[in-house]
Amino acid sequence: MRGLSTAHSVVEPSRTAKRVAGTLVILYALISMIPLAWIFMTSFKSPPDSISYPPKIVFDPTLEGYCNLFTTRTRQTSDYIESLGPPSGICDEITRNRNMVIAGPSKYWPRFQNSLIIAFGSTFLAVSLGVLAAYGFSRFRVPLADDLLFFILSTRMMPPIAVAIPIYLMYRELGLSDTALGMILLYTAVNVSLAVWLLKGFIDEIPREYEEAAMIDGYTRLQAFFKVVLPQATTGIAATAIFCMIFAWNEYAFAVLLTSGTAQTAPPFIPTIIGEGGLDWPAVAAGTTIFLVPILVFTILLRRQLLRGITFGAVRK
Amino acid sequence: MTDSNRNLIDRAALRAAHATPHGVARRVKGLSDRAIAWLFISPTIILLLAINIFPLIWAIQLSFTNYRANRPNAEVVNVGLRNYERILTDTDTWMAMQATAHFVFWTILLQTVIGFALAYLIDRKFRGHAFWTTLILIPMMLSPAVVGNFWRFLYQPQIGLFNYIVSFFTGIPPSSFEMLGSVTLAPWAIIIVDTWMWTPYVMLICLAGLRSIPDYIYEAAEVDRASPWRQFWSITVPMALPFIMLAVLFRGIENFKMFDMVNLLTGGGPGSITEVASITLKREAFEAWRTGQSSAFAIILFVAVFGLANIYVKALNRIKQR
Repeated sequence: MRGLSTAHSVVEPSRTAKRVAGTLVILYALISMIPLAWIFMTSFKSPPDSISYPPKIVFDPTLEGYCNLFTTRTRQTSDYIESLGPPSGICDEITRNRNMVIAGPSKYWPRFQNSLIIAFGSTFLAVSLGVLAAYGFSRFRVPLADDLLFFILSTRMMPPIAVAIPIYLMYRELGLSDTALGMILLYTAVNVSLAVWLLKGFIDEIPREYEEAAMIDGYTRLQAFFKVVLPQATTGIAATAIFCMIFAWNEYAFAVLLTSGTAQTAPPFIPTIIGEGGLDWPAVAAGTTIFLVPILVFTILLRRQLLRGITFGAVRK
Repeated sequence: MTDSNRNLIDRAALRAAHATPHGVARRVKGLSDRAIAWLFISPTIILLLAINIFPLIWAIQLSFTNYRANRPNAEVVNVGLRNYERILTDTDTWMAMQATAHFVFWTILLQTVIGFALAYLIDRKFRGHAFWTTLILIPMMLSPAVVGNFWRFLYQPQIGLFNYIVSFFTGIPPSSFEMLGSVTLAPWAIIIVDTWMWTPYVMLICLAGLRSIPDYIYEAAEVDRASPWRQFWSITVPMALPFIMLAVLFRGIENFKMFDMVNLLTGGGPGSITEVASITLKREAFEAWRTGQSSAFAIILFVAVFGLANIYVKALNRIKQR
């Protein structure tokens, strides 16, 4: 045993240590996945299956939750349902089996669209403003730069509800209440602090010599910025954009206080999904699943930049 | 990467060479660095002034009045410091601060202990650790509101999975306790969800700390025959401490502001046992519509976060310098 391990450095953990560590970490990972797995499973259960005791692990999967999520339904007599023609799709069929007919689309898709518009709009603005400001802070001697950077960061420390009180009044005056534009501006202001801090770190890592070489060759500073620095910062910009997107996508406090109708995003809407006689948990689970999938994809794409993003660039590895 | 850089520079040089006669002129015409610096930075500053600072000043001004947002036409009277006085002497405020402190203390303690332990285990570099690490990170990226909402389902007394699992292991009947409805359990219900979501965050920062410790220090300790226990407490913990403290700072600020997850899980209830500061603020501002008074509370909260964070950062810097 000793002879075998001398090949390794003394700091390499022993094989037993690795095995124990691996088992414990995998155990934690599996336990922490239970709630997410349960959301996913519930989204494919029928309403009675979802609230059965003991909780059902094996069940007949159905799309009822997804159908209920996207439609509103009305109860009808079985005579009326029989008088209708053949069902036009799987959702139609499922609904009729419950003695109901589809009355129209639900608000889920419009709310989801709002989430998309507001997340993309605010991300685009925050990253555009952020990359300019970050370049300014990175390359020029700005008077009071540290104070300004700290000021930019400190706007992140305010509790959202505290900010929401005057924003609510201001938006009411300006007619921005419950508008996508209002939410985009607000999320941009919140995200720009993250964007500036992260992008400054990324731009600091691009050697100044690149721009200087371009400028010696006749580029103006602006041209050098657009043609040399921006292409170099693509990875950083992409990572920053995803972080801003995730924030705007997940945000709830501002959304629930400042939007109520036309501009409402998905997070305040999902908890209000209700069915007949209590919460329709499969529909809630379906809405949650659809809402979470983009973030799962982003998390996997981002895993190398994650640390940097969540610490405002304070830890870079 | 470097090749494409070089290509880029070559192309830039080539293009510039073609444009030399204009190039010089353009450079003279181009904006000065100072102008560009301000041109680049000012949009961000203006946006933050408009959406963060102006409202903050407005809130400060409102905090000295009896303004109510649901009665915009009522006469606004300047009440001086009475709002502040009322809030600081109100028992509800102190109840909320206590609930917040309980929540912040336990979430940070649990997340730091579990997060550090996980990071330490992952740093043993067992096979497949990268995959499992990514899996562990998922909960913290999700929307606390949307996921918090779903935990209400897991916490249902009869049908909920959480109660079922607890009863499976302890034999306590699943309908005999209500995580969200009981005064003793509800504070722990929100702590459990927050810990589930944010332990990965602390773990990730701790992992960076552990990986920043150079191997040669452990090698030297090994030569000196320091026991693993001694190595852990004299090398691992002190060297990872700045990272742990950074994680605590970020979690502390975030949880002091906590609103979304708690609002959906308990809404501050039962009674007001889980009514953390942000929930009280929301009730005062958007349900009772005491805008002036709640502005004063908001200012107090902001000053508290800002002050505590500043003191903490100073302590952190002192530890880093050691």
